[in-house]
Amino acid sequence: MKEFRFKSITLKNPITGLNKVFESRIRLGVMSVLMVNEEINFNDLKEMLQVTDGNLATHLVNLEENGFIKIHKGFIGKKTNTTYAITKAGQKAFTDHITALENMIKGVK
Amino acid sequence: MEDKNQQPIDTLKDIKHMMERSSRFVSLSGLSGVAAGICALVGVFIANNILGNYYGAFNSKGFFSGDEFSKLKIKFAVLGAAVFTVAFISSFYLTWRKAKKQGLPIWDHTSRRLAWNVLVPLITGGIFILGMLRYDAWPFVAPACLVFYGLALVNASKYTLNDIRYLGYCEIVLGLINMFMPGYGLWIWAVGFGVLHIVYGIIMWQKYERV
Repeated sequence: MKEFRFKSITLKNPITGLNKVFESRIRLGVMSVLMVNEEINFNDLKEMLQVTDGNLATHLVNLEENGFIKIHKGFIGKKTNTTYAITKAGQKAFTDHITALENMIKGVK
Repeated sequence: MEDKNQQPIDTLKDIKHMMERSSRFVSLSGLSGVAAGICALVGVFIANNILGNYYGAFNSKGFFSGDEFSKLKIKFAVLGAAVFTVAFISSFYLTWRKAKKQGLPIWDHTSRRLAWNVLVPLITGGIFILGMLRYDAWPFVAPACLVFYGLALVNASKYTLNDIRYLGYCEIVLGLINMFMPGYGLWIWAVGFGVLHIVYGIIMWQKYERV
């Protein structure tokens, strides 16, 4: 745990734009998928990221609380169909994060 | 140093992979379906008139001349090509308009992949049908068109809005019905390429595009 914190701080210091929210691989995956898909439902997302329901749900709540995704609850017949889409803020944060990653690669070279 | 550099590279690779795997061509417009359907119905209407004249000539003369039959085939070929061209251009335009509105490129890896996967069954079907015509198996042209087109749509559904799969299933079923009821080719064609396209297009438009 200690080592992880140390690492994240050293990674973060020289570069602005790296977002702590995206340190989780699952959250990063969700954002990547939502960047290129208008909207996606829970099951498709689960299938693509290969995670458990509970795990994915936790990360989705986190992303929503940060204002990066929006949730739409709909129905297919009687079954609920919850879909997720990226917000403007989410797009910006994600793009900044990618730029920061690219800068890191350039910087270390 | 090496390790530090590797981590962001891997992350970026992950992101890229995720995006590619998950992406589909999402700009396909429902209005394209409606436009294609209208073109098909106009085509069927004209074809029906041509056929009416053809049988009218038969009734007044009392016999079919081979000359008139070959003229009929040419008329149908020209009509088919014209309907296809107009339907393609109008559908393309409406989808292009939607892509522009969404700020998405019309020709990127998703549309390229989509085009390729549609074209493989479609071109196969086209050549197959040309072969049929060569051997005068014309009663099977309409069913073959429907079946190959349906297969193309089912294949396409993996690379664009998934709903198009159901349109594909309907076209395949119609084509197979037509195979065993060859006399109704024109009408089944009208349902498959006309009515179904329009119904599908309206549903898609309501689902994804209506603001």
